[in-house]
Amino acid sequence: MAAKRFPVEASHILMFARSVGDDNPVYSDEDAAKKTEAGGIIAPPTFAQSSAQFDPDYFLRPKIGQPWFGSGKEPTGVKREPGGGGGGGGLHAEQHFEYHRHLRPGDVLTATTSPGKTWERESARAGKLVFSESVTEYRDQKGELVITARGVGVRTERPVDSKA
Amino acid sequence: MALSAKKLKVGDAHTARLVEDLKRTQIVQYAGASGDYNPLHTDEVFTTKVAGYPSVFAHGMLTMGMTGKMLTDYVGDARLTKYGVRFTNQVWPGDTLDSTATVKEIKDEDGKKIAVFDVSTVNQNGVVVVSGYAEARVDD
Repeated sequence: MAAKRFPVEASHILMFARSVGDDNPVYSDEDAAKKTEAGGIIAPPTFAQSSAQFDPDYFLRPKIGQPWFGSGKEPTGVKREPGGGGGGGGLHAEQHFEYHRHLRPGDVLTATTSPGKTWERESARAGKLVFSESVTEYRDQKGELVITARGVGVRTERPVDSKA
Repeated sequence: MALSAKKLKVGDAHTARLVEDLKRTQIVQYAGASGDYNPLHTDEVFTTKVAGYPSVFAHGMLTMGMTGKMLTDYVGDARLTKYGVRFTNQVWPGDTLDSTATVKEIKDEDGKKIAVFDVSTVNQNGVVVVSGYAEARVDD
């Protein structure tokens, strides 16, 4: 995910923590957070993923005036590309974070993504799988590396059969 | 409260329930907060009629986020140094998830004690949905 400017804000942290069911006051209550080891509000460990909000080209967000592949009058707003089992342009296979420090409200991050390896594998549950890796470096307002994230996406030949 | 290296033993485990009967609304909440609006997670019509799945399903990152709460409740705030997972099975509305961190190793890194954990989240049928690792700074 690429974002030229990803401002980390307290209200966004609050909403993100709520959405993952985390009521730890270190994510929402300034006074309570000050008394913790963190010394103030920090962001939950997977928060950096919400840099998607600040990636102008992020393709899984509807954009004004552009077709969207979700349903409206019809089950999809665009013609489906063949070979993209899963329909949403792939699934998330892996995610890894390395924390050099934890994010705080007031941080202004830059996210730069570079492509990594790609590989293929046959799977009984979804046919041919094509994996592709990307590495995103999050740097703060001082240019210091704060989080290194590595994601792996997978395109499946057909929808994945679920176990049980 | 932070963990202490002296008191931790390889094999020690911490388990927490992440969610009971996962609601579609929580998945919508995660979509809004994270910015990942993939219709596979929130649009039942698209997901069943176009993508060919039996229903919408949770973002892998929602399960990783919920699993993160189990970890930070265990290791303490701002203590994680690494956290990574593979998404091994989908999580569906109605699922109940439990997650466990198991101490794999306690090591020294730059004069600091680091605990290494295996991380596993399972659904109500015992199927592993997220499998990974975490590392956290612990006290001496």
